[in-house]
Amino acid sequence: MDVSGADLKPDSFEELAMPLFDQLYNFAQWLTQNRDEAEDLVQETYTKALKGFSSFQLGTNFRAWMYRILRNTFLTSRTGLRVTMTVPLDTDEEGPELAVEHETPETLMFERSNRELLQGAMDGLPVNFREILLLCEVEEMSYQEIAETLSVPIGTVMSRLSRARRALRDRLRPGFQEAAKADIATRTLVRGTNHGL
Amino acid sequence: MVCESWKEKLDTYLDGEVPEQEMRTFDAHVRTCPSCAADALARVQMKRAIQVAGKRFTPSADFRKRMQQRVATKPKRNLNFGWMLAAAAVILVAGVLTTTYLETNSGRYLANRDHIFSEIADLHVETLASSSPVDVVSTDRHTVKPWFQGKIPFAFNLPELQDSGFSLLGGRMTYLDQAPGAHLIYDVRKHHISVFVFQERSFSLDSNSLNPKLPSVAASLAKLPFNTETWSQNGLRYFVIGDASQADIDSLAKLFKAAS
Repeated sequence: MDVSGADLKPDSFEELAMPLFDQLYNFAQWLTQNRDEAEDLVQETYTKALKGFSSFQLGTNFRAWMYRILRNTFLTSRTGLRVTMTVPLDTDEEGPELAVEHETPETLMFERSNRELLQGAMDGLPVNFREILLLCEVEEMSYQEIAETLSVPIGTVMSRLSRARRALRDRLRPGFQEAAKADIATRTLVRGTNHGL
Repeated sequence: MVCESWKEKLDTYLDGEVPEQEMRTFDAHVRTCPSCAADALARVQMKRAIQVAGKRFTPSADFRKRMQQRVATKPKRNLNFGWMLAAAAVILVAGVLTTTYLETNSGRYLANRDHIFSEIADLHVETLASSSPVDVVSTDRHTVKPWFQGKIPFAFNLPELQDSGFSLLGGRMTYLDQAPGAHLIYDVRKHHISVFVFQERSFSLDSNSLNPKLPSVAASLAKLPFNTETWSQNGLRYFVIGDASQADIDSLAKLFKAAS
């Protein structure tokens, strides 16, 4: 959605911004995981965007601009600050890709036709993984648009997207929850043993 | 393994983000390599599943209305003498501007309504063209109706079809203007008819504006290459569309109206 200078009229904001309303709201609720907070976030985004519309750079991507405002507003909110405390760091280090399995998480998921399972797995992802998956798969943004929205280089988009997909697949593997619980229990035991020494 | 280098780039390839030349080479490789083809298929399925699962939340009609009003408010301007003169001039041409405004709004409004009808026709054709048009295959309404439970944010009734000439083929989830809904497919004398059910509040138009008895609505529907019927009942908006006769479309609509 590139906007040229000639097309920018005083009432263009409504015409450009309202068609994005549903998708921005969906994105907001995925980030906040709360209806009231999502409404507040969208409202603040539109208020900020309306105020700053005159400074919007002509010829740039309006959709990426709106998403960037929403995301920055979220990151500075109380919920945003809390959830980003546990966000994994971006690194270029990639683990080896797994070999093709007969029962991949994907095939298992489709056998179960369980959309809720996928939504639950997405809910459990760190927020920076969740948002990049939504921008790529749901909003169908190009890597360039995602880079503009997240204010990161394209290389980071690619590596973060790859890690997000892997994290999601891991969460869809059978026994993920059990393994996570066992891991926590083991760590607690080790910590307790160490204290004993 | 030769495939390792391909697999590393598989996601980027499926996202359509590799250069055109490399894309063609990739296409050729995937066609001849069962391992990469299987991996690509699984990842495409995952992408589609995320796309569907990701469209999860819809804003309430009340919130939409509030935001629409907020955004429609024009920014305040400082009043000065020049502006006061301009304001006087504006008053003189108020009648003309009001007329223009109403015409513009009316244009947008009609475009939005035509867009809805056009989308419904596209959904109907696209589904019938698919190799698997329905997600729940059943002729039993007691199987199809519960299948939608938890998938769409509302409930609706399916009619009893005994001796009606219609048969239920199945159903699937669908989206219109990013709002979830039910899509049911019926058969009558080898003609397929789609019935769509959405929440009325999903549309930015008021329910009466889609009334097919209005001449302007009838004109919009007449542009479509199908016979159609639409109505609102208990907060739900129904669309019936297909290449069957208008009498068949009306009969199916009547059965739905009686069941709701």
